[in-house]
Amino acid sequence: MKVPFSALVLAALVLAPLPALAGPLKVVASFSVIGDFAKQVGGDHIDLTTIVGANGDIHVYEPTPADAVAMSKADVILANGLALEGFLDRLVTASGTKAQLVELTKGITPLASTEADDHDHDHEDADHDEEDADHDHADEEGHHHHGDLDPHAWQSVANAEIYVKNIETAFCAADPDNCPDYTANAAAYLDKLEGLDADIHEMIDAIPANKRIIITSHDAFAYFGHEYGLSFLAPQGVSTEAEPSAADVANLIRQIRDEHAAALFTENVTDPRVVEQIAEETGISVGGELYALLSGPDAPAATYLDMERHNAETISAAILGK
Amino acid sequence: MIDAIYGFAIAPFVEFTFMQRALAGALMLSISASPVGVFLMLRRMSLTGDAMSHAILPGVAVGFLLFGLDLVPMTVGGLIAGLIVAFGAGAISRLTSQREDASLAAFHLISLALGVLIVSMRGSSIDLMHVLFGSVLGLTDEAITVIAVIVVTSLVAMSTFWRALVAECLDPLFLRSVSRLGPAVHFLFLGVVVLNLVGGFLALGTLLSVGLMMLPAAAARFWTSRVETMALTAIAIAAASSISGLLLSYHAALPAGPAIVLSAGAVYVVSLAFGTTGILNSHTTKGQHRTA
Repeated sequence: MKVPFSALVLAALVLAPLPALAGPLKVVASFSVIGDFAKQVGGDHIDLTTIVGANGDIHVYEPTPADAVAMSKADVILANGLALEGFLDRLVTASGTKAQLVELTKGITPLASTEADDHDHDHEDADHDEEDADHDHADEEGHHHHGDLDPHAWQSVANAEIYVKNIETAFCAADPDNCPDYTANAAAYLDKLEGLDADIHEMIDAIPANKRIIITSHDAFAYFGHEYGLSFLAPQGVSTEAEPSAADVANLIRQIRDEHAAALFTENVTDPRVVEQIAEETGISVGGELYALLSGPDAPAATYLDMERHNAETISAAILGK
Repeated sequence: MIDAIYGFAIAPFVEFTFMQRALAGALMLSISASPVGVFLMLRRMSLTGDAMSHAILPGVAVGFLLFGLDLVPMTVGGLIAGLIVAFGAGAISRLTSQREDASLAAFHLISLALGVLIVSMRGSSIDLMHVLFGSVLGLTDEAITVIAVIVVTSLVAMSTFWRALVAECLDPLFLRSVSRLGPAVHFLFLGVVVLNLVGGFLALGTLLSVGLMMLPAAAARFWTSRVETMALTAIAIAAASSISGLLLSYHAALPAGPAIVLSAGAVYVVSLAFGTTGILNSHTTKGQHRTA
């Protein structure tokens, strides 16, 4: 039962009700973390669709017709921005949505991408991506911008607070009737975030200054490191798709030896093999799995609060040996 | 001088275990995959490797979905899918008038579509391709073992049936007239092809496996027409490319897989130009024939 994509979009356009706000506010969130924030702020008033769900890798996502349908009916589209969602512009155009696209990183202080050398992302699997030309292009676009600014801003809780405030503003603008509820929900959630922020500071501040270098498999934690005073090194660079060179891996191993990296972690949604190899070579054992994006409901990072707490606890336990 | 050479070519492998592993993996694959590539080329099946990298996807995906990121079930799944596609294509080319390239194209496309379907059924859209296929810099003990098993199996199979393989490749009608083993040898060969490719994909990545299989073989073709010499030349080219590619990756900060394949590509271009049957030499020979 395969219906042509264009037909689905057309059907969606024809069937979509005019943007009169009968029923709940229809919200599309680009990935799991933003979906979690939207749920916290919107509560019962919104009908939420999350495009890239738990454990999905947003760098290489391939949209489905259902995503376009959801998007065409949406009242508000929430995205991270900073060129994280390479697929989004095409999807917005293809779905013909009238909704406002809100980039939640608006107002944060972006960090430069740590991937300094802009070597081509000539990845091993170039031939595999040919199976879907669209997918390929979406990737390309994502990557070209990727070199400039690090998009993983939500990894700092202070930035998450800005995300939540931006969501509140967007919801209030789209659905003024329920604005007081959104404001109240946001305020309650911001309280939790501030508590979390304080807890993480307390946990990380206990780590001695000479034990603050940490290795992960994909450089998604620069904002976390910046906020809480840790340095994260990764063999893979910022994108999950580039293949590391022998020089990258060798430099990292030297750095680990010279600067005495304190701990080493793998990450959900990335290939753990290279990091495991480095662990074996340097004699540092793998301290656990960190989460850059939300996991499924049964894993330790079901919500944003759980994810950040899990990451901080995993790091502090591995370094302090608790 | 000697220090400089040592620092350039030897020290990286002494200092870093991951470089030793990468070298071991690439050299082992060179020894078993390049001769296979020679036979594939002689049989005009040079693109089989690329087709196969897609064809094994459903098997690998099922292995991954059932057992997680574990090399052994993924390899077994890939082997089953690869063998079905290779044997199916081979059987069709033998039973019908359709040539092997057409039937292989049909089978690998069906298999690829099935694979994409299975991957997407997982719900979340993590790009399995990137997780499923290995990297030469991330070789685990398990991956090294898998490659070693493949190398030994395929070397034993090939040396046992060498003469039959050569006959099957170069003159299948002759083999058919003296022996009824023709189809058996053909399918055994397809099995060895699948074994090398699947193991290579999962341990080292697709580009590197296909590259080490086909480019040295194609380059060796310009230097000799004897199958034994060609196979040995191909192994030497593949081994040299592995070493130079890894050093290139180390010193010039290039991704390791593409660096190795491009080294082999450079040898191919040089052979194409200067080989004994390459462009420059074959041109003069032809000229001499005409004037003689």
